[in-house]
Amino acid sequence: MAMTEPINNGRFGNFGGMFVPETLIPACQELEKAFKEAWGSEEFRNELSTLLKDYAGRPSPITECERISDELGYKVLLKREDLNHTGSHKINNVLGQALLAKSMGKTRLVAETGAGQHGVATATAAALFGMDCVVYMGEVDIERQKLNVFRMRLLGAEVRPALSGSRTLKDAINEAMRDWVATVEESHYCLGSVMGPHPYPWMVREFHRVIGLEAYSQCQDILGADPDVVTACVGGGSNALGIFSGFVETDAELIGVEPAGGAAVARGIPGVVHGSLSYLLQDEWGQVLEAESISAGLDYPGIGPEHAHLAETGRARYEKVNDKEVVEAFQLLSRTEGIIPALEPAHALAWMSREREYLSGKTVLLNLSGRGDKDATQMMEVLG
Amino acid sequence: MTPREEGIENTLLQAIADGRKCLVPYITGGFEGYLEAISAAAEAGANAIEIGIPFSDPVMDGPTIQAANDMVLSDGITPLQIINEIASLDVDIPLAVMTYYNVVYRFGLERFASNLSEAGISGIILPDLPLIEASSWKSAANTKNREAILLAAPTTTQEHLKKICDETRGFVYAVGLLGITGARKELAESAKIIASRCKEMTEKPVLVGVGIGTPDQAVKVSKVSDGCIVGSAIVQKLLDGGGPEAVGKLVSEFRLALDND
Repeated sequence: MAMTEPINNGRFGNFGGMFVPETLIPACQELEKAFKEAWGSEEFRNELSTLLKDYAGRPSPITECERISDELGYKVLLKREDLNHTGSHKINNVLGQALLAKSMGKTRLVAETGAGQHGVATATAAALFGMDCVVYMGEVDIERQKLNVFRMRLLGAEVRPALSGSRTLKDAINEAMRDWVATVEESHYCLGSVMGPHPYPWMVREFHRVIGLEAYSQCQDILGADPDVVTACVGGGSNALGIFSGFVETDAELIGVEPAGGAAVARGIPGVVHGSLSYLLQDEWGQVLEAESISAGLDYPGIGPEHAHLAETGRARYEKVNDKEVVEAFQLLSRTEGIIPALEPAHALAWMSREREYLSGKTVLLNLSGRGDKDATQMMEVLG
Repeated sequence: MTPREEGIENTLLQAIADGRKCLVPYITGGFEGYLEAISAAAEAGANAIEIGIPFSDPVMDGPTIQAANDMVLSDGITPLQIINEIASLDVDIPLAVMTYYNVVYRFGLERFASNLSEAGISGIILPDLPLIEASSWKSAANTKNREAILLAAPTTTQEHLKKICDETRGFVYAVGLLGITGARKELAESAKIIASRCKEMTEKPVLVGVGIGTPDQAVKVSKVSDGCIVGSAIVQKLLDGGGPEAVGKLVSEFRLALDND
């Protein structure tokens, strides 16, 4: 199977769609058209490639990790998205969307953020392009990610607290959508993951495809072969789709790792929220449940619709890990490789650490989607 | 047939034929005293009533309706409970429910339509289900002869507006402004524009909602539309503890203003 353009109003198999108020339908359709044109245009592609190279620091390297390979008993490769400008993979998508928004004549970027990485990336792009920027962030997350709040403000963005519901990522998305409904003429909603209404799940995946393309050819250079397993953490799931896209047509096993407290795939109930039909944590009446995770970036009750499709068709498998395993993995990588990971990719590493027996003798490529500086304060408290 | 059985479209068309403007108050389902508030609004001259079924993530709703929503949800009141309570309510005007698509999807489309039918609820409004995604729901609603009310927004293209007007049942819910529910100081210019665009497209009733918070705004917009929906201003009365009495009083003020104009 291939990860191609979704059909029929943004469907990936049974999932996806454009479930937004009528007010936003023209904006979504206009965005779909603009993205399709831009993505087919050599000029746009070149402009984005130049930005990714000269501003964001791409390509990101792959690091072969000897010490953690010894510790785990199999070969570990890290795709170093933590080395990108702003500290995570989020910049790939944001530069693409900001460039697109600018070409569409939008003057204002609206974004949601959980851990703050997407908010920082959006604020960065807004500063670079001279656009206004408003970032919605759950009140709970503002408290646990103070450093990123400061960075966003320093970059000139306005950070607005989401005070409703669980006051985390899902509520920040509600607020961002409400803002967009009211300001759709001048604002572009710079959504941070492979979720939301069509064309976002497709567009955001395409902007992250660069991760998979690079990683595939780097693996050929380093290994002369495909890795046996490609793994990444999944909240909405953008870094995972980025790296999966480079290997979906190989024999590599694709593993997405969700937090146990936000395992949308594992509980497997389809539902519609934030613009698309996908798997969703919800009660028997369709009320969306609050996800719970040590990592603000994965604290989301849904998952991108293409992940639901990959899970349903069996092309990718989804596993879950608990907070304790994540904290151990966070320390393990720091100690063995001198790389402090963000708590989000530490989820995938936690799965790798748990499954030593299964992975023995294999080669595993982990998408290290972000660095852990932002989590230092929180982890100081956890580790004492 | 009583007006409640007659349905929303027929009832509103009759009112329009009688030279009246249509008034549809919105009341949050499950809120303390909401059943009495519905009765009070009916007695005060509402032509139909829209009852909200609270959802955890109401992206089209502003702070007032969100606040009422959250109170109902934290009381653990379920959609089915609200539908069943409405079933036993003795009012003789047609009723609609307003909720979000996931509530209906989780319920099962046909089961939901069927429960509405048994409860004597004629219409349903789903603000996050645009026409392009509505075909399954519309056919489930049609099977049970429920009226799937579609929304038209100021941004809606002319071509798409035509389809919405053709396919809606009950009335055209014309969204008065770019934004979410909530009372505003002034009537948005966009309210009259969308009303007039819809009126040019259809013989069905055209009601404007979102941003209509005072009798004066209702009168102004209804010079172009066939009437309006009033939500947050009424829910605010419930939040302020005014109860059914305050709701009835406010609905009377709207009624009077619309009738005297």
